[in-house]
Amino acid sequence: MDLAHRAAERTARESYGRLVALLAARTRDVAAAEDALAEAFRAALQAWPATGVPDRPEAWLLTAARRILGHNHRHARVRSTAATTLALLHDEAAQPDAAATPDPRLNLMFVCAHPAIDAAIQAPLMLQTVLGLDAARVAACFLLPPAAMGQRLVRAKAKIRDAGIAFALPEPRDLPARLDAVLAAVYAAYGTAWDDAFTVAPTRADLAEEAIWLARLLTALLPDAPEAKGLLALMLHCEARRPARRDATGAFVPLTRQNPALWTRPFILEAEAVLTEAARANRPGRFQIEAAIHSVHAQRAITGATNWPAITALYALLARLSPTLGVRVAQAAATAEAGNAAAGLALLDAIAPACLAYQPWWACRAHTMRLLGRSDDAQDAFRRAALLSPDPAIRTHLLAQLAP
Amino acid sequence: MQYMLVFNETKSDFAARDDAEKAPRYWGAWTAYIGAMAQAGIVIGGNGLQPPHTGTTLRIRDGARHLTDGAAVQDGPYADSKEQLAGYMIIDVPDLDAALEWAARSPAAATGSAEIRPVLPPMPTP
Repeated sequence: MDLAHRAAERTARESYGRLVALLAARTRDVAAAEDALAEAFRAALQAWPATGVPDRPEAWLLTAARRILGHNHRHARVRSTAATTLALLHDEAAQPDAAATPDPRLNLMFVCAHPAIDAAIQAPLMLQTVLGLDAARVAACFLLPPAAMGQRLVRAKAKIRDAGIAFALPEPRDLPARLDAVLAAVYAAYGTAWDDAFTVAPTRADLAEEAIWLARLLTALLPDAPEAKGLLALMLHCEARRPARRDATGAFVPLTRQNPALWTRPFILEAEAVLTEAARANRPGRFQIEAAIHSVHAQRAITGATNWPAITALYALLARLSPTLGVRVAQAAATAEAGNAAAGLALLDAIAPACLAYQPWWACRAHTMRLLGRSDDAQDAFRRAALLSPDPAIRTHLLAQLAP
Repeated sequence: MQYMLVFNETKSDFAARDDAEKAPRYWGAWTAYIGAMAQAGIVIGGNGLQPPHTGTTLRIRDGARHLTDGAAVQDGPYADSKEQLAGYMIIDVPDLDAALEWAARSPAAATGSAEIRPVLPPMPTP
């Protein structure tokens, strides 16, 4: 479209989260900030074609949105205090100086992932407030009806405003734990896209890109956080495999049988570079180790073989740090692949009571039983894994293993 | 911002108040905690409350008063583990994290729970 439209769109994409964070910092009212910003964008689309695109479109939008916010605030008599109105007027008069202050989006991300906010809504909240995704799209990504998602987002924003969650970085003492929550929310956004990239509407795959964008932002804003780099490396490695996860007929291809020539090389190279940089800090963590595991898998593109002992050692480390069921099942799978199927089965047996309805456990058990030559047990486990699979392609893949 | 810290205690916490052996420790912990709050200059007000069995709950239905004795509420199947309102403090601190920090130091947080509720701002004048 025309220049003004394109400029507005570009500014929206690049500065949405920054503007929301600046506008909401004083009042903690994210919803009001978003409304004011939407109105400012509408005003820009009317004004810019006539006046030309301003030199600093972001500053123009901020000033316009602050005026709208101040106007709405003065008129919304409920709960308004003279002090807040004066503070807003002061903000309006102040020149925004982007270079002098740290990026406010970081504060916004910490607010979204505050432990007082329901963990399940943290990722959707971050996608909406930092990236400006609308509730309908976020709802589709998290498999919720739009009305339900909209309601949860509204409730979370009301909590931020009314509970007085500060738009400030956590105390250094709390930073590692709070950063974990931010990273987990970004990973949840990515994981949602990843699980269903091939099964549900193709628009859902877009979220992977958004999650990677958020991780890039975090690595830029927190250069001293190796786990942020670990998360970025992990997601880039996963993204690199996307073209190889399905064959020409749409059938599921497990990682070990993927054709490495189909992997996206630039993503792998970037992942390796980011992970190397993270390792320099010598502070390993869950995401760095998971990225390292993917890195070992990626080396098959060069060596033609998978270094299972290295992967097993990394999983052992990960299981000590983050002993989730998913990690422990993956550790068992790697142990079995490394040539020690009996030890793999023992690891599976140790967590059996918690895993009766856990699909990856049954799939891993099936493969391990087959490696042990116990074909009846393997058949049984393949069948149960298939029954528990939500993805039809994976179900087909598992049922195909039943044939003698 | 003003927050109310709502302290809930277990049955054994309430019992400790009058237990010759446990009372000094129980009251000592609360006295130290409230003293620290006062010293920080954040206290707006607050009180401990008599145990639940001293309470009376009133409901008006169809114009008639219905009263429930506080002891009746406590005699459920999980009475021992059930937490009951034991006291409250209203404090003035900058944000939720500061309020959480104070709530975390309360004796109730370790045995029962502490809820943090923002106080509603004054009603607007018409």
